[in-house]
Amino acid sequence: MSPANTGINDFVIKIANVNGTGSASANTLLMKAIFRMGIPVVGKNFFPSNIQGLPTWYEIRVSHKGYLCRSGSVDLMVAVNAETYSQDLQEVEPGGYLIYDSTWPRDRQLSREDIQVLGIPLSAMCNERFDNARARILMKNVAYVGALAALLEIDLDVIRALLQETYRDKQNLIAANLEAIDIGYSYAREHFDCPLPMRLEPMDETRDHIMIDGNTAAGLGCVYAGATVGAWYPITPSTSLMDAFKNFCERLRIDPETGDRNYCIIQAEDELAAIGMVMGASWNGARAFTPTSGPGISLMNEFIGFGYFTEIPAVLFNVQRVGPSTGLPTRTQQGDLLSCAYASHGDTRHVLLFPADPRECFELAVAAFDLADRLQTPVIFVTDLDIGMNDWMVPDLEWDDSYQPDRGKVFTAEQLEEMDVFHRYADPDGDGIGYRTFPGDHPKGSYFLRGSGHTAAATYSEKSPDYVELVDRLARKFETAKQLVPAPVIDQRKGVGRAIVSLGSCDGAIREARDILAAQGIETSYCRVRAFPFNAQVEAFLEEHDQVFVVEQNRDAQLKQMLVMETRVSKDRLRSILSYDGMPVDSRFIVDAITEALEEEAAA
Amino acid sequence: MSFMRKPDVVHSRAPKNDLGLTRRDYEGGMSTLCAGCGHDAITAAIIESFWSLNVEPHRVVKMSGIGCSSKTPAYFLSDAHGINSVHGRMPSIAAGANAANRDLHYIGVSGDGDSLSIGYGQLAHALRRNLNMLYIIENNGVYGLTKGQFSASADLGTKAKKGDINEQPPIDPVIACIAMGGTFVARGFSGDKAQLVPLIQAGLKHKGFALIDVLSPCVTFNDHEDSTKSYAHTRQFYHPAIHADFIAPAEPIRAAYEKGEAMEVELFDGSFIRLRKVREGYDPTDRSKALTYLNEYMAKGEIITGLMYWEKSTPDLHSIARTSETPLSKLDYGRLSPGAGKLAKIQERYR
Ligand SMILES: Cc1ncc(C[n+]2csc(CCOP(=O)(O)OP(=O)(O)O)c2C)c(N)n1
Ligand code: SF4
Ligand SMILES: [Mg+2]
Repeated sequence: MSPANTGINDFVIKIANVNGTGSASANTLLMKAIFRMGIPVVGKNFFPSNIQGLPTWYEIRVSHKGYLCRSGSVDLMVAVNAETYSQDLQEVEPGGYLIYDSTWPRDRQLSREDIQVLGIPLSAMCNERFDNARARILMKNVAYVGALAALLEIDLDVIRALLQETYRDKQNLIAANLEAIDIGYSYAREHFDCPLPMRLEPMDETRDHIMIDGNTAAGLGCVYAGATVGAWYPITPSTSLMDAFKNFCERLRIDPETGDRNYCIIQAEDELAAIGMVMGASWNGARAFTPTSGPGISLMNEFIGFGYFTEIPAVLFNVQRVGPSTGLPTRTQQGDLLSCAYASHGDTRHVLLFPADPRECFELAVAAFDLADRLQTPVIFVTDLDIGMNDWMVPDLEWDDSYQPDRGKVFTAEQLEEMDVFHRYADPDGDGIGYRTFPGDHPKGSYFLRGSGHTAAATYSEKSPDYVELVDRLARKFETAKQLVPAPVIDQRKGVGRAIVSLGSCDGAIREARDILAAQGIETSYCRVRAFPFNAQVEAFLEEHDQVFVVEQNRDAQLKQMLVMETRVSKDRLRSILSYDGMPVDSRFIVDAITEALEEEAAA
Repeated sequence: MSFMRKPDVVHSRAPKNDLGLTRRDYEGGMSTLCAGCGHDAITAAIIESFWSLNVEPHRVVKMSGIGCSSKTPAYFLSDAHGINSVHGRMPSIAAGANAANRDLHYIGVSGDGDSLSIGYGQLAHALRRNLNMLYIIENNGVYGLTKGQFSASADLGTKAKKGDINEQPPIDPVIACIAMGGTFVARGFSGDKAQLVPLIQAGLKHKGFALIDVLSPCVTFNDHEDSTKSYAHTRQFYHPAIHADFIAPAEPIRAAYEKGEAMEVELFDGSFIRLRKVREGYDPTDRSKALTYLNEYMAKGEIITGLMYWEKSTPDLHSIARTSETPLSKLDYGRLSPGAGKLAKIQERYR
């Protein structure tokens, strides 16, 4: 027997369940209870592309140090899915714990000497206490939360308060949930030494923080950015972004007197239509957006190029998931970096934003609309399933009431009235950006918008010099973009030549990995890019480091390819660390990869 | 601004509409289509319709996909805002533009390739959303711009210029749109301006999605003998079934018609369409009868034209979405942002 895990506020609970059994609310209850005890916590949901009956896992990391990533280990497994039992059992770290439903006997062959196995007859007890079949299934999940409350010392008052809030008007549901909590709690108290050495202790580290998923935060960002038109076609993992926008609008954007809605959401027939709607609405003066995922971006390609060439602002949210079609669409990845950066045909390059957590989703969503309007081009907000659909603990969102949207260069009717002629695609300021007008505002503002063949005056042209002038100006505009996009987040250690460059949801794992490495004497600087094109700071950072690990979650080193293509960095200074199994990258993986690389180097 | 400016000479005696504008003010750039192309005649009918309806040109949004037909918005209303989008996707542009600003007039021009093949899905959904717009299909049975391939509206047995015979049944946009629930579905012919102008006027006044399929011969690729979309063939088999007269609000209602012979339907702004039944047995307000009739005559190879189906429109995109009367694109940011206080409150739910 390995020594028991005695971590206080520092362990990982994983719950193996079957989807469609209501485990999500039980798991949220558990996580929120820990959060309310003031202990930093993060939850990750690994779910199947299915509605009912397939395996699903929920991983809760409790970290007094506030790490928000997966650690790469499991200390306590709640294995209530018989089908995955053997796999779940294997995953537990030596010295850890496993709880299973002892209503049915376990396969004798499946046992481990180095962990503690706790059997609780969850089904049997719930079947006895609840009559209806649905309640029996649901309450079984709540019962394990009760057992964990006893084993880990979760404050029962916190659980009660949470249940009261969740089921406000449904007293019978509150009663049933409390009963199920009690079933698990009492059983654990009677049969095991409670609490376990590995347990929770109240802290005060979650004050001024919220637990929110990135899609909700991004949807809220769209509301605050003043977006009025949203068009979309449902696709996991982006659907909840539009759901959030809709819910917030229903609360915040309906005129209390008239009932009028100050927004319009169109569920399109497909993504080709969704992006067309965004183009139409943006061209016509509204702030418009579409949430989608990789397959949607593929379908939108023609219009993305159209928007680039005709200079229509548009905001696209790509909540990335794994590859095409069926299989792993409910798993996370950063696999669309290249397909977003260079989406469409012809010479195109697009402004991308890379949020790292839900708080940045809120802030960068607003920035996306400002950039799209300022640069008059499609902006793709590149996030992923891990950020979008999992609950993250982040500092409170903030808002400055003096904010006014930057609509960029727009001529008003009054300005047009004073003008002799209006040339839509002229470049009077030398930054590659012309002035636009909104349809209907003034006769002098009208122009005919079309693809690649137009002059500065927006007349039709098939002349080579006109085309070259156009694409050269668009390239100039991309240079301007470098000065406007959000700066990278850099943590530079003096005199350290070794660095990590990464983006998006890798951030949490990198932060922890850097601490672990530093404890081993391996110091690293860190640059997290937040946008494409890469600006001068990224360029300088690369120049100042002779060994750069590029951490990303895809097979083909897409960020690294972009760095090689778009900066002056020499290719052989970059070394990839690639995680692409569909699971959010964990800190252990990064630590191992870097130590291995350094050992290799030392041996060479 | 569009392709080529026409010379700016205007006869001082040119008639003016109520806005003091001449027809010339509703024209666009010079057409670059083949001489005799049906599409140009439709452009002329569009100019006439907007002029006579006294629509301010800059309050019009003209949209199209790709094709010879889709080029034509450059040839009318040069003071209107235009968007020549991508192949088959004009309806989605229309939906978004319409969502952003409900106060403008929307006209989309498309072709049979643009609407019945690559864009068939988007056409169906624009109709289903009941966008408040006029949608014109300039139907020549071929892909003009890509040089003469059959389109999905090519009739059975029709011969291509290069000799191929079409062996697949056509999609008739009129039948399809009536079947899909359209509330204003008409067919015209580019060679019959007298019939086409009132149809366009009525279509522009219809509150909801108005579709007009206009037979529009392609002189270069589909006007030969053995083509069923040629001028000669169309003229021979062409039958006005339901005549539509458009009556502006101010105009007195003229001749009285025999009961059962004519029917006046009021449009939302007080104007009228008078439907004259030329063909016996045609009822333009009965969806299933209209379909039966059309199918029967299509089988005989006859081309039935006119306002084939009309019903007072069902709710449009905005009524269903209950959007504000002020166009969304014109709402002050102050009305859109909930502010810092609300944000603090919202976050209480996430603790
Ligand atoms: C995505 C895409 N595929 C193919 C084309 C080539 N293309 C241009 S116009 C056209 C057909 C147009 O036919 P129709 O809409 O009937 O217009 P017409 O020229 O007959 O008026 C095609 C296939 C294109 N522009 N875009
Ligand atoms: S090819 Fe046909 S459709 Fe195109 S412009 Fe010429 S006549 Fe018209
Ligand atoms: Mg055609």
